[in-house]
Amino acid sequence: MNNKPFGWSTSLLLLGIVIVLAIVPLLLVQGSEFEGADGAAVDAISEIAPDYEPWFTPLIEPPGGETESLLFALQAGLGAGLIGFFFGLKVGQRKARNAEHPTPMVSRQSAPERT
Amino acid sequence: MSRTHRWLIVAIGALALVLLEGRPAYAMHIMEGFLPPLWAAFWFAVAIPFWVIGFRRVNRLMTEKPETRMLLGLVGAFAFVLSALKIPSVTGSSSHPTGTGLGAILFGPAVMSILGTIVLLFQALLLAHGGLTTLGANAVAMAIVGPLVAWGIWYGLKDRISIWVAVFCAAAIANLTTYVVTSLQLALAYPDPTGGFTAAFIKFGTIFAVTQVPLAISEGILTVLIFNALQTNAETELMALDVLKGA
Repeated sequence: MNNKPFGWSTSLLLLGIVIVLAIVPLLLVQGSEFEGADGAAVDAISEIAPDYEPWFTPLIEPPGGETESLLFALQAGLGAGLIGFFFGLKVGQRKARNAEHPTPMVSRQSAPERT
Repeated sequence: MSRTHRWLIVAIGALALVLLEGRPAYAMHIMEGFLPPLWAAFWFAVAIPFWVIGFRRVNRLMTEKPETRMLLGLVGAFAFVLSALKIPSVTGSSSHPTGTGLGAILFGPAVMSILGTIVLLFQALLLAHGGLTTLGANAVAMAIVGPLVAWGIWYGLKDRISIWVAVFCAAAIANLTTYVVTSLQLALAYPDPTGGFTAAFIKFGTIFAVTQVPLAISEGILTVLIFNALQTNAETELMALDVLKGA
């Protein structure tokens, strides 16, 4: 059992697999627009219960695909920014610690560290 | 890659195309207004106790372990990013990862029920994706049952196999579970006129399973990647949360 963190090369390889998993369907399935699957669920419902009327509509609906993609990009961008900030800070802290104590740190129990 | 390999891939692709063509997947969140009021209310009733517990847990975490505050933000951000990624899948439709496995592993399912619901709320309010009336049902699927499963798998596996396999399984199966619960909810609300609940469940369930499998793998890998980065750079926080015992 090896629980040591792996390095850059493994990370890149794993990332590559994720990208391949996303690209392969684009090559395999031609002539599809890759619509969201929830829209398809609505079709399935109207098949099973043709008389069903949605009793509530979204309060705000993006006027079109462009605005929607803007909001999705914003969502991803904000999240990614925060993740980047977190790891930037943590890498910096780790390096600062290592510079102070050149020997590997002994495991710290509860550590409200802010140096 | 040799010529035969290439042709083999094309052949498999053609086969997949024929088998799956025009069969959209039924996944992601239940759209606004598409659960009858009674069912909408029912799923809210299921979700509310979890939200109450989750809220208390978040508050306690903030006072007892304030050093994990940033990590909580990271977990929320991870779910936020992943649910924005609509990834194409082999069925010719798109779906997205949930990103809830990581939070369940680090903070437990109760805390994740709050974070997952916040993500759902954002998507319901601004993107008309999911909905307010269906928020209870979607939260049960994505923010409650998924994380519960992730947490259970993580605790069952973490001392038996290497950590990253446990993380992968927890995140990937949580993703699949989310969509199984969604089809269950749809099937309960829309039983098939002839085949009843079972037929409807199979109808909503079988095809999305195909859509969701590659996405579940992607989510598992992405969760392993970020967990590995945390292990390298934020060991202190992971130990404060008892995720990692001092190695």
